Amino acid sequence: MTRTSRRQTWRILFLISPSLFWLIVFFFLPLILVFAISFGQRGTYGGVKWLLNLGNYARFFDPLYLRIFGRTVYIAGATTLICLLAGYPLAYFIATRPPQWRNVLLLLLMIPFWTNFLVRTYAWILILRDQGLINTLWTGSLHTGLLQLSNLVPLPIWEPLLHATAQPLTLFGTDWAIIIGLVYGWLPEMVLPCYAAIERFDFSLVEAAQDLYANRVKTFLRVILPLTMPGVVAGSVLVFIPSLGAYVTPDLLGGAKSIMIGNVIYSQFMAARDYPFGSAVSFVLMAVMLVGTLIYFRGGTD
Amino acid sequence: MSRETRTQKKRRSQWLNWLLDLHGILGYIFLYAPIVILVVFSFNASRFSSDWRGFTLQWYAQLFGHEAIGAALKNSLIVALSSTLISTVFGTMVAIAMERYNFWGKLPFDALLYLPIIIPDIAMAVMLLLFFVLVKMNLGLVTIIISHVAFNISFVAVVVRARLAYFDVTLEEAARDLYANEWQTFRRVTLPLIMPGILGGALLAFTLSIDDFVITFFTAGPGSTTLPLRIYSMVKLGVTPEINALSSMMLLVSMVLVFLSLMLQKGGGGGIEIA
Repeated sequence: MTRTSRRQTWRILFLISPSLFWLIVFFFLPLILVFAISFGQRGTYGGVKWLLNLGNYARFFDPLYLRIFGRTVYIAGATTLICLLAGYPLAYFIATRPPQWRNVLLLLLMIPFWTNFLVRTYAWILILRDQGLINTLWTGSLHTGLLQLSNLVPLPIWEPLLHATAQPLTLFGTDWAIIIGLVYGWLPEMVLPCYAAIERFDFSLVEAAQDLYANRVKTFLRVILPLTMPGVVAGSVLVFIPSLGAYVTPDLLGGAKSIMIGNVIYSQFMAARDYPFGSAVSFVLMAVMLVGTLIYFRGGTD
Repeated sequence: MSRETRTQKKRRSQWLNWLLDLHGILGYIFLYAPIVILVVFSFNASRFSSDWRGFTLQWYAQLFGHEAIGAALKNSLIVALSSTLISTVFGTMVAIAMERYNFWGKLPFDALLYLPIIIPDIAMAVMLLLFFVLVKMNLGLVTIIISHVAFNISFVAVVVRARLAYFDVTLEEAARDLYANEWQTFRRVTLPLIMPGILGGALLAFTLSIDDFVITFFTAGPGSTTLPLRIYSMVKLGVTPEINALSSMMLLVSMVLVFLSLMLQKGGGGGIEIA
C-alpha cells in the first residue's frame, strides 16, 4: 500500500466512523432488536420471553386488528387520493408561473411543512371541534341569518335548514377529521415531485398534440399525464407511507373509534406492555414502507 | 375532430386558466388559514368560545409566569442545541467522505444513512425505546439527545452533500498549486465555501429537534418534558387560550428557522430534496 492511499484510508475512517458508530448502535441494532423481539412472547409481568414463534404475526388476522388495518389503509388511501387531486393542479399552477414567482411559491409551500406538526394538527382542533370555528359560524351567524331570512320571507324551505343549523356538525373525532389533518400535513410531499415532473415537461408537445386535433382532455390524458407520471407515483408514495404510520393525527383529531396502526403500536408499548406484538406491528409497517420506497426509487426519480 | 372556432377555443382556455389560478389561490389559503386562525385565537379575549371578544395579550403574559413551561423550554433548548451540535459535526464529516471518496461498503452505508429519513417516526421511536429499555438506560434528556442525533445526522448529511455536489473542485487544486497543505486548503477554501450548507443543515437539525414530538415522547423519562410534550399533555386536557399562545410562538420560531435554513440552502443551488 502506498503512503498516500494509506493516509486516505485513515482519513475516510476518521470522517465516517462517528456517524457509522452512531447509526449502527442507535439505529441498526435497535432495528434488529425489534425484528428479533417480534418473534418473542409477552412475559407474565410485561417482560419479553424469548421463544421463537410466529404468534404475533398470526394475531394480525384477528378481526379486531384486521379492521384497524383496513381502516388505516382506507384513511391513508383517501388521503393520498385527495392530495393527488388537489396537489397535481397546485403543482401545475406553480409550474406555469413566471420563474421568479416559482421560487417564492415553493418557499411558501415548504415553510408550513417543516414547522411543528403537532401544533399544525392542534390548529385543526380549533377549527373542527363542536365549539370550534366552523360550528360557531354554523350554529351562530348562519343560523341567526337563516332565522331572519325565514321571518322576512316565510317559506317552507327554511325549516330543514334551520333544523340542521341548530345542531353543531360532527366533524371532530371522525375519520374525515383525520383525513383532513393528514392532507394538510402531507400535501407539500405530493406537490413537490409533481412540480418537478411538470416543470421538466416540454410544453411544445401540447401544441403538437393540438395540431393533431387532440382536444384538451385528450391532450392531458394522453400526453401530459403519462409524461409526468413519475412525479405522481413519487408523490403518492411520499404521502401514503407517512399516512400509514400516522400517530399524532388520529390521536388528536380522531375519536375513540378512529384508531390507526400507529395508535395500536403506541398502546402495545405504553399501555398493554406487549413489546413483542408491538414490535411485530411496527416491523410490518416498516416492511410496507420499504416496499414503497423501492417503488419510489425505481419509478419516482427520473 | 374539434369543430370549435379559434375564439371559442381561446375563451375556453381562458376559463380553464382562471380555474387553475383559483385552485392555486385556494391551495395556499388552505395551507395558511389554520396557522392564521391559531394566531388570531391566541389574541382572543374569550376563554371558552370561538367568538371574538376583543384583543388581549393576557394569554402570552400568563405563559411567562408558568414554571412548567419554563422548565420544558429549558429542556427543549438543551436537547436541540446538543443534538444539533453533534449531528452537524458528524453529518458534515460523513457528507465529505461520501461526496469525495469511494470506499468499500459505501453503498450499504449510503442506504443506512438514508433510512432514518424515510422510516415512519413511530417505528423509529419504538425501536429506540426497546433498545434503551433492554440496555437498561434511564430514560431522560440523554436518551432524547441520542435519538435526535440518530435522525439528524442523516438530514445534515443530505443538505451538506447537496452543497458539496455543486462545489468547484478546481478551487482546491488552485489552493494546492499555491502550496497550501491539505489542512490549509480545507480550512481556508473548502470549509468557507460549504459553510452555507453546513449552517442550513444545522438550522434544519435544530428545527426538527425542537419540533419533534413522537420520538421524544417515547424516549423521554420523568423530568425531561420538552415543549412539544408539554403542549401535547395540555391539549389532551382540553383547548385553552394558553395553548394557542404557546403554539403561536412555537410556529413563529420554527417558521423563521425554516425560512433561514431554506434560504441558506438555496444559496448553494443545492436545495433539499425532502424525504
